[in-house]
Amino acid sequence: MSFNIVHPEKLAAEFLNKDKQHEPQHDEHLWTSRVKRDKEAASIPEWEEFRELASRIKQHTLTHLDQYLEQFEINAVKHGAVVHWARTAEEHNQIVLDILRQHSVKDVIKSKSMLQEECGMIPFLEKHGISVTESDLGERIQQLDKEQPSHIVVPAVHKTKEDIARLFARHIGTDPNNTDAHYLNDSMRKHARPLFLKAQAAMTGANFAIAETGSFVVCTNEGNADIGASLPPLHIASIGIEKLIPTTEDLAIFIRMLSRSALGSKITQYTSHFSGPRKNSELHIILTDNGRSKRLGMPEFWESLKCIRCGACMNTCPVFRRSSGLSYGAVYGGPIGIILDPTIDEKKYSELPYHSSLCGSCTEVCPVKIDISGQIRQWRRVMADHKRLSLIRRLAFKAGAAVLSRPKLFRAAEAGAYGSIKLLPHFLIYNNLFNAWGKHREMPPFAKETFHDWYQKNHENDEHIQD
Amino acid sequence: MTVGLFIPCYIDAVYPEVAIATLQLLEKLHVKVEYPAAQICCGQPMANEGDQVDSAPVEQHFVETFRNYEYIVAPSASCVSHVRLYMDAIRQTPEVQQVRRSTFELVEFITDILKITEFPWAEFPHSIAIHNSCSAIRSLHIAQSTEVMSTPFDKTAALLRKVKGLKLVTMDRPDECCGFGGTFCVTDEAVSASMGKDKNADITRHGAQFAASTDMSCLMHLQGIARREKTDLEFIHVAQILNGGPYSRPNNSLTKEPGNSNIDGQPSANSKNKSHVL
Ligand code: SF4
Repeated sequence: MSFNIVHPEKLAAEFLNKDKQHEPQHDEHLWTSRVKRDKEAASIPEWEEFRELASRIKQHTLTHLDQYLEQFEINAVKHGAVVHWARTAEEHNQIVLDILRQHSVKDVIKSKSMLQEECGMIPFLEKHGISVTESDLGERIQQLDKEQPSHIVVPAVHKTKEDIARLFARHIGTDPNNTDAHYLNDSMRKHARPLFLKAQAAMTGANFAIAETGSFVVCTNEGNADIGASLPPLHIASIGIEKLIPTTEDLAIFIRMLSRSALGSKITQYTSHFSGPRKNSELHIILTDNGRSKRLGMPEFWESLKCIRCGACMNTCPVFRRSSGLSYGAVYGGPIGIILDPTIDEKKYSELPYHSSLCGSCTEVCPVKIDISGQIRQWRRVMADHKRLSLIRRLAFKAGAAVLSRPKLFRAAEAGAYGSIKLLPHFLIYNNLFNAWGKHREMPPFAKETFHDWYQKNHENDEHIQD
Repeated sequence: MTVGLFIPCYIDAVYPEVAIATLQLLEKLHVKVEYPAAQICCGQPMANEGDQVDSAPVEQHFVETFRNYEYIVAPSASCVSHVRLYMDAIRQTPEVQQVRRSTFELVEFITDILKITEFPWAEFPHSIAIHNSCSAIRSLHIAQSTEVMSTPFDKTAALLRKVKGLKLVTMDRPDECCGFGGTFCVTDEAVSASMGKDKNADITRHGAQFAASTDMSCLMHLQGIARREKTDLEFIHVAQILNGGPYSRPNNSLTKEPGNSNIDGQPSANSKNKSHVL
């Protein structure tokens, strides 16, 4: 399934060049989350130990995933839930459709689920005549604007209040010039309530699924998953198989880290445990693979399955903050997206690993200690190995290797550098790239005499180990 | 102890004064320094792209050039982090491993190997913002990153605090990447430039006259932006401050390019320290 290759640098430039408001606000907003995260993390003396422990719990669970999945199923069934298994996105969507049809459901209310996003579930259900309403405010905004979420925790963070006022005006008839957050929020609430009440089924995702108890946990700040799951008589939860943790005791550590990492708050407003259906209701759980077991089998990249989708790596990423999540052209953006998306489609996402300055900040904020930046480096090697480097990169670096391992060639090229300012530094080798340097930057001030020449002149009689 | 001095290509061609400062500083600290003439590059430019095939001959050449030195020192955290952490396009013979282990960035060499803390000759009456590069912080641990909850330290700052008259200025985002990122600075030009502008603004906002760094590659990018934006911010390598110069090019017949004001024309520190210029 290879479509065109996504060029994040182009989409990022569009976001940056849009106006003087979007990017600075986006950057500031997410940076604020990062600062709050630092403050909250610092308030827990054993934070770094927590990260290590959380990482190990995930590693342990993933290495015994088959057992924990079965244990979860057995216990969930004991509570009266119906457990389904989906190998692929298609299977997942079909199971959902079948359940909805059996119950003659026409309207679904759903809370945030990256897995359902990944499966392209909404377009699929809509094609089959079922209307789906997002109950999370940010997701609802994105749904109305027909865009993917740009961030896994704050899906509409790339939009300004003005954008939202205009969008709501078009769709729910609010005043396009009133950008007051309370007004907008309240208007959407009034608009969404009837849809909530009308829905015959609720869908959620899950943040954690506990093998020991067969229950799962959904964390939200709006309580929207709860209102959904409390009203209609049918609740369907899509759970990626990597969401498993062994025990409720293990959960504690993740709950303490999730919201602190995500938004810098101590805990999400709602942390809801679901153990079996309500009275006179049904609860269906769809344990979904969709590429996860394949990923688990990748010796270099399985670690990304530890991810708890906190979004901290996005908030801290200086590239993400300047380019917005939509620039990654994928369900998952940001550092975690760079290492996940190529497992889904290597060609389409072959440029993503280069949309990074390799600063390494993501690795250090990740609450489950995924070496994200190390994996980005590793993906670059895969792309180079599989001959996926763009022509520009290849030309620049072939020339580089030839010159950079041969002293005579190098010095000759360097001598030419001052006059023609052509060769050095290495990334200026290729002429087309040269213009990119000069768009926002003056030329580096090449020296007339290199250090090499200066040294030869001034130290020519020195004895050298190497000579 | 004989140290092999590694001068990355862009310092050689663009900032030879930084190489001279490094050499002189090490000599002042009583280290015998040699600059092996056959040296070129460590292979980082290709390796960072993921191109192991093309970085291999360059890495091999690096090892052959430096294998006989007890220590290899470079005024560049990014090159050193490549050598120490990522130089694995070639077979990891004991010799290769030895070279990798023995390669140090200047600040960490002074701090951890030489254990020198005094620079009585150094004077720099200016306010400075330290830009430790991402390699310096997150690869070489020359400073503690703000993401990790542990006791803060900054080896660069610790050395610079010993310089007379120097005032350190703190930024809002002290370890935010400047956006250089090697090839990233041209292939992701818009994002890179935006990050660089923000970094310069953060430095300037806090009243620093200079950005001082362990990495000239970051500074070359920031300098390019500052000169384009016609701001007064100046850029300097830590070695130049610790050594007390040189602040300008060895061959001074060079007419000054617009992009190279360095601190020529800066009064106090400059006139005093000009004696170190060759
Ligand atoms: S990779 Fe780590 S930091 Fe990023 S979303 Fe996942 S858990 Fe959070």
